[in-house]
Order: sequence, then C-alpha cells, then structure tokens
Amino acid sequence: MIYQGKQKIWSDYQKEIPDDHWFYVRSCIRQSFFPASETHFVKIVRDLLGKDLYETPHHTTCGGIAYHSDTIPQETAMTIVARQFALMTEAGYKNLVTSCITSFGNYCEILETWREFPELEARIREHLWKACRREFEKPEYVAHASDVIFKLRGEIAERAKYHLVSRATGEPLRVVEHIGCHYSKMFPHKGVGGAEYPCVLSGMVESWGGQVIDYPERRHCCGFGFRQYLVKANRGYSVSNTHKKFESMEPYHPDMIITNCPGCPYFLDRWQYVIAEQTGKTYGQNGCGIPALTYEELAGLVLGYDPWDLGLQIHQVGPEPLLDKIGIPYDPNRKYLGLNEKEIMKPGLPTVLKCC
Amino acid sequence: MDFGFKLSPSSAVNLDTVDHRRFDRLAQLVPDALTCIGCGSCSATCTASAWTGMSVRKVLLGLQRGQDAEVDKMLSGCMLCGKCTMVCPRGINTRQLILTLCRLDKKGEMVR
Amino acid sequence: MVNRQPIIAVIGAGIAGLEAASQLAALGYKPVLIEKAPVVGGHVAEWNRLFPDMTPAEDVLQPLLAGTAKVRTLLNTEISAINRLKDEYNLILSDGSSLLCQAVLFATGFHLFDASKKEEYGYGIYDRVITNRDLEQWFNSRQDARIDKPRAVGFVHCVGSRDLKAGNPQCSKVCCITAIKQAIEMKEEFPDAEIYCFYMDLRLFGKKYEDFYIRAQRDYGIHFIRGRISEVGEAIDNRVVVKAEDTLSGKPVKVTLDLLVLMAGIVCNPDAQQYAREIGVAVDEDGFLKSRNNLAAITDSSRPGVFFAGACTGAKTVPETLAEARSAALAIHNYFNSRG
Repeated sequence: MIYQGKQKIWSDYQKEIPDDHWFYVRSCIRQSFFPASETHFVKIVRDLLGKDLYETPHHTTCGGIAYHSDTIPQETAMTIVARQFALMTEAGYKNLVTSCITSFGNYCEILETWREFPELEARIREHLWKACRREFEKPEYVAHASDVIFKLRGEIAERAKYHLVSRATGEPLRVVEHIGCHYSKMFPHKGVGGAEYPCVLSGMVESWGGQVIDYPERRHCCGFGFRQYLVKANRGYSVSNTHKKFESMEPYHPDMIITNCPGCPYFLDRWQYVIAEQTGKTYGQNGCGIPALTYEELAGLVLGYDPWDLGLQIHQVGPEPLLDKIGIPYDPNRKYLGLNEKEIMKPGLPTVLKCC
Repeated sequence: MDFGFKLSPSSAVNLDTVDHRRFDRLAQLVPDALTCIGCGSCSATCTASAWTGMSVRKVLLGLQRGQDAEVDKMLSGCMLCGKCTMVCPRGINTRQLILTLCRLDKKGEMVR
Repeated sequence: MVNRQPIIAVIGAGIAGLEAASQLAALGYKPVLIEKAPVVGGHVAEWNRLFPDMTPAEDVLQPLLAGTAKVRTLLNTEISAINRLKDEYNLILSDGSSLLCQAVLFATGFHLFDASKKEEYGYGIYDRVITNRDLEQWFNSRQDARIDKPRAVGFVHCVGSRDLKAGNPQCSKVCCITAIKQAIEMKEEFPDAEIYCFYMDLRLFGKKYEDFYIRAQRDYGIHFIRGRISEVGEAIDNRVVVKAEDTLSGKPVKVTLDLLVLMAGIVCNPDAQQYAREIGVAVDEDGFLKSRNNLAAITDSSRPGVFFAGACTGAKTVPETLAEARSAALAIHNYFNSRG
C-alpha cells in the first residue's frame, strides 16, 4: 500500500464543510438502532465544542428509506425533503447536516435532480405549498454528520481521554472503516476522499491513534442492500454479503469496525450473530465478535463518555474486549440498566457468539 | 437455529483455487484446445445443442472454471457427428478433443 | 524551379518527427526538430521490443537517428508561443530565441492515459499495480521491486480507452497487441506463472497480429478472459485481488495476482492542443488534431502550411506513423512546389 497515493486521491476530493451553524436532521432508524449516537453527536458538537447546532422537533423522515425500498415515488420523497428545507429556512439556517447516510444521499440526489430539471423543482415547490403552505430556500451546504466529526476530529483529539491504542502493547488498534453506499457512490465529489478511497472515517481513526485496515472486500456492501434484507426471501443474500466481508477482513484481525451509515453497523453487528449460529464461526478473539460502532460512539469513547451511556450494550457484539484493549473503565453491573439505573431485564445470550 | 434464510452459495469462480488439471492435460494432448476464441460456431451448428445443452465452447470454458459436472453432462449429449469440426474457424479437431476429454478424469489422469 | 530553401519546424522528435525530418532533409529542405525532452525518440525510445516481431525498439530508431544526424535539432526546447504571419509562422522558443519558418509539422505524438484516474484499479496506491510503460521500462532496466518472480500476472486491456466516463471514448488501437506481446514476454521470463488478459474485445487488426494471438494462446497458454476488471483490492500479503465477470460463462471471477499491468491508453498530447489553438488549427471531438480529411488528407490541417504526422491525429502503430511521416514530407514538398 502506498499511503502517499491515497493522500493524492484525498487531495482531489476535498469537500467544503462549514465551520459552524448547522441545521441538524436526525435519522428515522438510527434512533432505535443506536439510540445514544445522535444524542452524543449533539453533546459533542454543541455542548462540548460549543458550536451552533439547531434541530427542530417538527422534522420527519426524509423519505429516503421508503424511496430506496421502492415504496414511494421520488416526487413524494422530494416533497418531504422540501418540507425539511422549509423548516431549515424558517429557522434561519443554510447548512444542512444529516445524521443518516441515505438521507444525505437523498438530499444530494434531489438537489442534483433539481439542478438538472428546474421544472421539477418548481412543481415540488407547488406541491409543498398546496400541502402545507410552506416555502423554502435550498441549503448552501449539505454535509453528513460524519463530515462534521471529520472536520472536528482534531479538536476531539485534543480533548481525547483515550486513544485507539492497545494499552497492553502500545500498538495502534487495527480498525476497519466502512462507508455507507449513499455517502459518495452517487456523487464521489460530495464525499470526503471520494468513493473508492474515502477518508471521512479513516481520517478520524488516524487522528485518534488507530491504524486503518484496507482489505480486499473493503468496498463491498455491508449486506443491508435494502430489499436484500427487507424482503425475507432475499435475506440470505444480505447475510452472504456480510459473510464475504468478514471472510476478507479476518486475516487482518481487526479490533473494531467503524461505520457512518444506519444500516452498516447494524448488519455488520447483528449478522455476526447469525453467521455464528449458522456456521459456528466467529471473527473476534476467543469466540467473540468484532465490535461494529458508529463514528459518534467512537468519538464518545475517545472523549471519555461512559460506554453504557453511549449505548454500546445495544450492540449484539459485546464491546468489552475493545474497552479492555483501550483501557476504558466500565461497570459490568450497569450494562443492562435502563434510565435512572432502573432494572429492565437482561437479554438472552447467544449460544455460539460470546457476547461479554 | 432456523432463521428462515441461510448463507447463499456464491456463483463466483475463484481462479486461485480452480482445479484445471484436466484442462491442462487436454491441452497437452490436443494443444489446439487452447486456441478457442469462444465464437460459438460449434454450438450453433451442433445437432445435440438445442436438446442437451452440448456446446464445445462451453465445455472448454467450463473446464477452466471448475465446472466438471456440467462439462460431463454436456459431453454425454455429444453424438460425435463432427459438424463442429467442420465449422471451427480455428481448425480445432473438436472430435479428437471430445474423445480425448472423455478418457480423462477430473485430475487429468488417462482412465480409459 | 522548386524552392528548396524553406525552413520547416517539426514539433516533436519522436519517430514521426525524425522520419519526416529525415525525408524533408533528403528532399533538400531545412527541417528543424524541436523536442521538449533531453533526447530524441519519444515513446519508442522508452520501449524495449516492438510487436509483432519482437523487434528491438533500437532497430527502428537507429536508421531514423542516422537520417537526421545533420538536421538541426533543438533539445530541451519548448514552444512558448506561435505567431501566425502572412505566409509564415514565428515560433518563440523556451530559450528566448525565435524561429521563423514557412511550414509547421505537428509530430507531437500522444500521451499515455494517466492510469491513476481509474481509481478502482489503484495505480499509485497498490504496490503490485503497474502500467504497460512501467513494464516496458523493466524489460529495459530489469530494476523494479514490484516485479519479483510473479506466479500470477494479469493484464487489463482498455484502461482509459473506450471509456466515455474517463473522457476518452476512442480505441487506443495498440494496447491489445501490446498486452499480448508483454504477456508473451512475461511468460518467457516466468514460465511457471499463470498469465491472464482481461479484455472487452480483442482488436487484432494488423499484419501478423492474429498469428501472435494464436501463439499466445497455444504456445504460451495465456488465459484470455472476456470481461473488464471492475475492482482491485490488496490482500494481506500485498498481492492484488481482482474482480471481473467472465462474460462468456456469465459468472463473476476473482483471482489473486502478484502483478497487475494496466494497459494505459493513448490520449492526445495536451501541448499539441495548445499549439493547435495558437496556430489556428482545429482540435477534433476526440481531443486529437483534426485533419482536413480523415480519408484522403490525414496529414493536412485545415490551414495552409500546417501539417500533421503520426499520433497527433489519433492512435497509430509504428509502421502507420512512419508511413504518415513520409506522406507528410511529400505533402509539404507538394505544398511548396504548388506555390512555385
């Protein structure tokens, strides 16, 4: 691997990310998949780093998941998006930040479509007006929340309580990064580092002390693939894609996986359980899996937030081996406590995949 | 545990692991086997192709892609009429090729 | 009586420029060779052997060098500007001098497509991915750490050729046969290696090319897979894993290689486009210089006194380039004769 070659590509795909004043839109599924990730994004960006990040309870799904699952036409998704823009305009913001990769792709795709077909934009403006008497200005910048963390990675590194380094050996942790398809495959220039060698996540990993692994199936789908999972008859294709990735990354013995999409960490996490049940094989050490985290969770760990407050217990693969490697303290007794230390029962443990 | 779905077998051919000993032996015995350009003249004119799936082109390709079972099934449809030999633009002696192939096992050993 | 005094600026001292200058000198004109590089010979001088007879590139160059020994040759010289006068052209050269000439011959040749633009192949990123030019340099120098007793070698045809998205929809014409030549050379060098050529179409149009292909198949056992490599990744041992579809069997194929050679295509020399704009001749839609007539007057530009030879008008083989250079010399001769 010629690192300078990647740097050259990265320099070709610089993306302008505004410094401050963002209008934040959340994801519909991330809040149930990784309930603390978005909260911690807000905590880190707004409370810790003191940036202006605004969100409104009036925003809805962007329609992207339904659009990509073939259940709504694009014009419907466009009208939903137009409403989000109207909320942003009303709040006085021009920089849109999305939590979800598919939202990011959806917003980018719609803006590009309007640029090519202005008559369609005019029609959507009419639809929006008829539906809810709103008007909007288009955002000046659209960024994904991982772009923002990428931009702030240095500031986070300055405040880091922990680094992505093995406490025992002092060696950098080996990290697999996985980028959501809708981040830059549609528009390589809208992603930090482009589509073939994106550096939005690898930049964070390197800033925080880790070492990024490039393995043959790095660019391969996480396995979600929308209808490859959503249609049960196709679900074997979904898990097979994930399996292919794990087989490919296995020789590198990754310590963790970091992702920037709602679907990727979910499937890279949960399918490890299914693969273990079906094949008897696990990919971490001593029968454990490889923890698959969101970039917010990783930023949170680096900054010293409590692992259970970050929601790491929600993952199928236990994060404990990773926490032990870095030397992050945690209280095993608190793992499955609910809000205000309330007992809310413990999940059953899988038979093959060792989860803590 | 039954999830109602399972890992799907991959149709991808991994050339790192394909066993091509049978093809290599064939190429030693009938070197022209290497010169196929995949034009399909043989299959187009084949008396058995439409009914049995026989295709000299596919046989040669299948041998190099680890599809032995399919190859043997195709070969069993051949009637040795020789029409493919007449049309092959590379002049491959396809009858000799087929007869030679029928004598080789998967490991390329002459068994008949 | 023919005016044998005119000065002809020949831009580029590759084989087209050398051959044309040699012919013009023999006809009694005063050609001046202007070459940006410190040496003459262009791409051919960088090549080791040439298809389809494995002729040493040296053998093609030697007679050209002999024929131009007495021709005024300006090395390390770029053209800063070209001024069009009434019947003449004034070239301002990078050394500050100027050259007044009565005709200009573009022998500006081609550039190899920058293979790193095809990001999915990882040229400049993966250690074991090289180009056709890199391999040719290795044949010359035998020094390249990336080539270390390979057991599996792949060649990707059409890298930056027939590729609308890469901005070059043209067939580069010489890469199919070059890949076959280099594949044979690698098999001769490493007889135990498996050699794969991944092609979209094999375009073996020239004299003896098809024979060369049959030899590659039958005598060297080179595997030809009809399918374009879509993605290259690096395995833990630094080898490269490539994915393609074997379109003849309709199945995806994957193979691990010790060396992947990208057959970088041919694009017009950007300098030529710049000069063409200054001198007022047209650049064609394909980026190459536009001939007055693609069938009957390929060496004529749309402007009197400006002529083309070789790959400045499109991808050419060595014999085509040499024939065109002679043709251009004759066209220039006729041009001056007709002016009396």
